[in-house]
Amino acid sequence: MNSMQRNMSLTGEPPKDINTTQKIAVLIGIVGLAIILLAGFNIDLPFKEAWFYSALAFITFGILLFAQGAYTNKQEGIKNNGIWFKSISSRGILAWIAGISLTGFYIVLYFYPNLLGLSSDGNNTGIISLFDPLSRILSGNAASQWFVYGTLYTIAIFAFGIKFIYKYRHNKYEQLRTGSVMFFQLGFAFLIPEFMARLNESSDYNLPYYDLKSIWPLNYYLFDEWSVNGLLTSGNVGLAMLIFGVLSIFVISPILTYKYGKRWYCSWVCGCGGLAETAGDSFRQLSSKKMSAWKIERWLIHTVLVFSIVMTTAMIYTYLGSDPNKFWLTKAVFLLSVVVILTLVFAVTMIFRKNELGKDARYGAIGYFVVIGLLLAMYFTGTTTDVFFINSGSLRSAYGLYIGSIFSGVVGTGFYPILGSRVWCRFGCPMAGILGFQQRMFSKFRITTNGGQCISCGNCSTYCEMGIDVRAYAQKGENIVRSSCVGCGICSAVCPRGVLKLENGPLENRIKGNEILLGNDIDLMKYVNRD
Amino acid sequence: MLVTLNTTDDPTNQFMEEIVIIGNGISGVTAARHIRKNSDKRITIISSETRHFFSRTALMYIYMGHMKYEHTKPYEDYFWEKNRIDLKFGFVNSVNGKKKELIFSDGSNMFYDKLIIAVGSKSNKFGWPGQDTKGVQGLYSKQDLDNLEKYAPNNKECKRAVIVGGGLIGIELAEMLSTRNIPITFLVREDSFWNGVLPKGESEMLNRHIKKHHIDLRLGANLKEIRADVNGQVMSIVISETEEEIQCNLVGLTAGVTPNIDFLKDSGIDLGRGVKVNRYLETNIKDIYAIGDCAEQLEPMDNRRSIEAVWYTGRMMGETVAQTVCGNKLEYRPGHWFNSAKFFDIEYQTYGWVFSTKKKYEAHFHWKHYDDTKCITIAYHKDNNEFLGINTFGIRMRHEILNRWLTEKRSVDYVVKNLAEANFDPEFYTRFEPEILVAFNRQLVNG
Repeated sequence: MNSMQRNMSLTGEPPKDINTTQKIAVLIGIVGLAIILLAGFNIDLPFKEAWFYSALAFITFGILLFAQGAYTNKQEGIKNNGIWFKSISSRGILAWIAGISLTGFYIVLYFYPNLLGLSSDGNNTGIISLFDPLSRILSGNAASQWFVYGTLYTIAIFAFGIKFIYKYRHNKYEQLRTGSVMFFQLGFAFLIPEFMARLNESSDYNLPYYDLKSIWPLNYYLFDEWSVNGLLTSGNVGLAMLIFGVLSIFVISPILTYKYGKRWYCSWVCGCGGLAETAGDSFRQLSSKKMSAWKIERWLIHTVLVFSIVMTTAMIYTYLGSDPNKFWLTKAVFLLSVVVILTLVFAVTMIFRKNELGKDARYGAIGYFVVIGLLLAMYFTGTTTDVFFINSGSLRSAYGLYIGSIFSGVVGTGFYPILGSRVWCRFGCPMAGILGFQQRMFSKFRITTNGGQCISCGNCSTYCEMGIDVRAYAQKGENIVRSSCVGCGICSAVCPRGVLKLENGPLENRIKGNEILLGNDIDLMKYVNRD
Repeated sequence: MLVTLNTTDDPTNQFMEEIVIIGNGISGVTAARHIRKNSDKRITIISSETRHFFSRTALMYIYMGHMKYEHTKPYEDYFWEKNRIDLKFGFVNSVNGKKKELIFSDGSNMFYDKLIIAVGSKSNKFGWPGQDTKGVQGLYSKQDLDNLEKYAPNNKECKRAVIVGGGLIGIELAEMLSTRNIPITFLVREDSFWNGVLPKGESEMLNRHIKKHHIDLRLGANLKEIRADVNGQVMSIVISETEEEIQCNLVGLTAGVTPNIDFLKDSGIDLGRGVKVNRYLETNIKDIYAIGDCAEQLEPMDNRRSIEAVWYTGRMMGETVAQTVCGNKLEYRPGHWFNSAKFFDIEYQTYGWVFSTKKKYEAHFHWKHYDDTKCITIAYHKDNNEFLGINTFGIRMRHEILNRWLTEKRSVDYVVKNLAEANFDPEFYTRFEPEILVAFNRQLVNG
């Protein structure tokens, strides 16, 4: 039978191939990676520097050529054709290979940097030594595994950022946002810390590594003793940086989040978000939209948040003194301030937003009392090294290992091709937890739904990297005000009917609870919305 | 989330009343959801298309690889059981209104207390020779999509496709096939794309946009016949006007849809092209209602057609009939007309009425951007300048605002001057309101 033959034939499948330009591009990129990998086997290359710069150039050029092959000669518009047919973007074999390789890279990076050629005496070998020349130009020091990582990270955001801008060349919001993360990655995360290392050549400075845009608690080591001491022994510059660090969590980010939603940070500034939006863009559709995933998300991210607050408080608590005559900020004063701040936040929320919280108010209260209980326990068990009868250093190490390395790196980025690009941002990032809370409770930001125009097609939900079921709101004519929304704007971009718009507006009626579907007779709407 | 509410109806009378809905599209599912919201009645939805509700309008994105079938389901599978909505997979062969009984194709039966017919449409076939050949199909159901995947999986199996009928489904099918690089000939009966609905300027802009996507657009071309090869597989088509024969492996029939009501022939239900209903969406037989694409209004409202095969009207009828079924008898009174679509990369929205052939009282203001992907047309009353409707291409508009302006009967001058308020484009997009205002004032000066 003819139809049988069709189904048996090898060509009876949707096209999954990439075009010739893209194949060449992949090859060039792989050559670049291969050069770096070869260095890992300590193969002694002549003209090492030339090889190094060509490797970076090959990787960058490969990515850009791939974008050219993908989007040139096409009309401006949404470019999602074939996403679910291609192995790499639909959890196929290529995705698994990529995921396992990335995960392997992160394990080596965090736990076996010696395999990359790291040497404590500064005489690096292998891959790290390949990066020495660039590191010496920037900071004057030999490279570390973090310099290797930072360089590759920055290249990834840059090259894939250009690809993303080209893909969305009809969409100014996406272009500006991507330009912004590229700028902050290159300037704030990559270059400024290297220049700070230059300052340290003078004995007046003892600056720790500090990416100024990385705010506590995402930057969980900012208030570590070595970091704070470093800043305090670096004159006015160091003091200014420490004050900036405190202001950015308590003043700057609440104001910006109130005005623009957490997107100002998560998809315009943050490096984790930057990588997810650029290199991770091909995987955004893989996030789970199930109700069960949402439940896990809420428990997990808030648990990490509680952990990070308690861990940081404990750290600071142990290195503060007890004598108010030496320094005004004593253990007792500090702990009391933390309690007061948390109580204020809790009280203000309960007074002004109890209705919006609904059932979640109970969970919020549990969270609050758990933290307060732990702080009390800290007070009664705390010494200069221990809290809760355990070493505060081990608390900090546990956080650094499980949250900082395994969650945000190995799982968060390594699993891009399997779980989607924002696993860390969605399930783990404590900073996203705080900003999300502000966004949900006190922000002008929302995604407005355009009356009755939704056709429930599901593009918005599918392409939401945070796993928000956007359609569930849009088809009810309800605005989307979710703490996890990072404001990437892709739901609005992929909507074929012009239903979604990210905007900042008055707090009043920001969340419309009713099914305000236009087009119907007003009397009917009265009945539909009756409760 | 749905919450079960206490109804004000007499519980002894209403308790366990069996509501059966034939069809699990947007109309039937909306009706079911709202009946559940307002009552404890037993609800069963019958479908022979898919087990679960999916968004029909999203079928194209499955073929294009933007989404998988699962993504087109607006509710997770647990939703139905949780809300006590029974799903029955089966095909209703006939309806017996006297016995309140449904007979299924497998011979089984089922009784109902109230029946809602929401069976949707099927693709039009106008009796073309060869129209039932293999590889000839419409694009409406999940089965159509499966067939398309079978007959046009790629451009090696399908060397060329011919699409017959220049409407919304035709252009969607063209976009779909073009993503797999299948060469397309697009036969449009009219002398410009969709100009039965769109004014000239807009329709002509779309002609050019279609051609930019390398579609062989044939305007003013009718299908004469479809020819099959020895295997009964489509081989070519012939155009009436030129007798030209075009070799192809797929023919898409997209010349509109018609209510899918053949199974009701002997039911005693009053049928026209669709199931005839009064303003309360009631048929001539007690306790049988019809909604959505398959309902034909006995008295259509203002400028509306008697059959409206549109997503939004289906949804609104579902909301309305749910009220009636739950004891709050309500007329179907849709508000201002609105609709939207996407033509390849150009989004289209419409609010109120803009007619392609102007009514006697109607005047148009038309503005087009020089890049040929954005334009608007505003219809207004010649005598009193009242704003009647707007079409926009490539610019998103705010439904709420335009709906309000229509209700308030604003003047066209007011609308053009305040157009920025109604803009719904993403932030940082280039805005065209000043340019539109200048063009509007120029038109006033030049008449």
